[in-house]
Amino acid sequence: MSKAILYDATICINCKECEKACAQKNNLPYDDKIASESVQSDHKYTVVLAKNDKYMRRLCQHCEKPACASVCPVGAFRKTADGPVVYDVYKCIGCRYCMVSCAFAVPKYQWGSLNPRVQKCIMCPDNVAAGKPTACASACPTGATKFGDRDDLVREAQDRIRANPANYVNHIYGLKEVGGSSVLLLSGAGADFAGFGLPAGLPEDPLPEYTFRVLSKIPDFVPLWGLVLGGVYWITHRRVEVEAAEGKHGGAR
Amino acid sequence: MKFKLTFWKAVFAVIMIAGIYSTYVRFFKGLGAVSGMSDKFPWGIWIGFDVLCGVMLAGGAFVVTGAVYLLNIERLHSICRPAVLTAFLGYVLVICGLMFDLGRPWFIWHQLIYMNPHSVMFEVGFCVMFYTTVLALEFSPAVLERFNLTAPIRWIRAALIPLVILGVILSTLHQSSLGTLYLIMPEKLHPFWYTPALPFFFFLSAIAVGLAMTIFESSVSSRAFGRQLELPVIQELGGALWIVLWVVALLRVEDFYHRDQLLAIFRPGYEAYFLWLELLLSLVIPLTLLSFKKVRLSADGLYLSAVVCLLGFVTNRLNISITGLETWAGHHYVPKWTEVSITAMIIAMGFFLFAMAVKFLPIFPEEEEHSAGIPVGTRQSAPLPQRKEAPELINAGD
Repeated sequence: MSKAILYDATICINCKECEKACAQKNNLPYDDKIASESVQSDHKYTVVLAKNDKYMRRLCQHCEKPACASVCPVGAFRKTADGPVVYDVYKCIGCRYCMVSCAFAVPKYQWGSLNPRVQKCIMCPDNVAAGKPTACASACPTGATKFGDRDDLVREAQDRIRANPANYVNHIYGLKEVGGSSVLLLSGAGADFAGFGLPAGLPEDPLPEYTFRVLSKIPDFVPLWGLVLGGVYWITHRRVEVEAAEGKHGGAR
Repeated sequence: MKFKLTFWKAVFAVIMIAGIYSTYVRFFKGLGAVSGMSDKFPWGIWIGFDVLCGVMLAGGAFVVTGAVYLLNIERLHSICRPAVLTAFLGYVLVICGLMFDLGRPWFIWHQLIYMNPHSVMFEVGFCVMFYTTVLALEFSPAVLERFNLTAPIRWIRAALIPLVILGVILSTLHQSSLGTLYLIMPEKLHPFWYTPALPFFFFLSAIAVGLAMTIFESSVSSRAFGRQLELPVIQELGGALWIVLWVVALLRVEDFYHRDQLLAIFRPGYEAYFLWLELLLSLVIPLTLLSFKKVRLSADGLYLSAVVCLLGFVTNRLNISITGLETWAGHHYVPKWTEVSITAMIIAMGFFLFAMAVKFLPIFPEEEEHSAGIPVGTRQSAPLPQRKEAPELINAGD
């Protein structure tokens, strides 16, 4: 069963306990200055955004069909069966295609490091594998960040919107975006997701399909193209041979 | 040999000193210190120019070897070797450029052991690796002749046609795949440039640029090395370029039409200005110039058309890799001077290595000999380059 995180902005109180727990879990620094930073970065995997009195939490969406895992030439990213999209720094060569391809601009880079790595939320894969919630979900005092089975959480999100349609934007972000993700977000009424940097109108097709449509043709294309080129060679040279044999250009060869 | 300081040598020296300083910054201060790249804009000119344009500009070899050995157009034979040399150096320099751009270049060999066949980048990497090897083999007779090693030349000669076919296949794959790289960002790349046909356009532009680059390189070589220009050859290339550009132009219009962009591209705006510049340089001006027979037949006219066309397609790839992504990123990327100086150093190295190869290896056919029709590997003796009095090496840049 695939696990997921459900974040509900209407329950969130902007206490930033999730940020703090995340930093501790991933051995990242955390202080008042970092707490006030409102962007995900190489030292901040998750951030609670505040716009007027509306909140939104940003973290890796953990796509069902992640672009980052698809584009990585060395397979440093991997979608686990449990849900987390994990990163293996020992494979990474630093091409940053993951950053370019991510629809949510989640992966961040250690631009100041001499042996840089990509930094992003990896959904506490050790906790998840052991059947425990992620650090952020454990730390959340109000239950705004909830950990569970994805199917259950989807149903719960639908129920919450249905029970209180006036309180919510009628959209579960992450249900269908780029093929769905293991992080589901609910936003308070009047605060659209785009305002928090979550792109609207993303395709429902998983992004890897856009490139795989082309890549998957290569195994058929190569022998065919080789045959065509070989055929062209044969025809053009055969013509010369025939001409020579017929004595039209007897001395040419 | 007495050393004489000339304008181009001085330029070369300045570029190299700046480049070496920037190399120090890159490897001792990090990517953030040396470049204008950031989390908002993770790919800059090192990908947009050094890789995307570098590979495109090195496309001359697969076009010319394909034409000579597969289409059997013997008249182009004399430019085979310089075209293969240009491409080989081009690919080597692309790989050098990657060493600056990759965050962990010391792990580039991971590509060989951790393979992800779903990744376009993996495919490009493998094709570039194999194709560089193919180019090295195709070029090797020039080196072998120099040292009078006839036996290996015979082996290369026996394998030449399969090598050429392999080279064309690998080029088709990775030239188009550079476009496929951008297919995964339908929501990011501006609709002027995002089209499912990107791989196809990348391949077509590699052919156009391959032809233009060969004209450029022949013209520059004739000036820099005091050789007589083989006008009939570049006339032929110019004619082919004219046809390919028409094909590109018609398909671009059709593509804009099918994606409902045909009116949008005329509305002024940041992206539109860059698109206009690209279309003017890559298609409108060269097509206009080449439509005059006088231009198609004159050395200067062909040279001018080729240069404008090259600038146009470079603009095209920079638009795709930079301009077209800026609105989505909400960030205006400006490369730092150190970043530019590394690109400049790589280009300068290209001219320098080309000049060195011409000086020490039999690259061009001997002028008095009528060389058309003699396959690459057949010259038994090693004809040394003619000119003992080498003109300024760095003149290749003028």
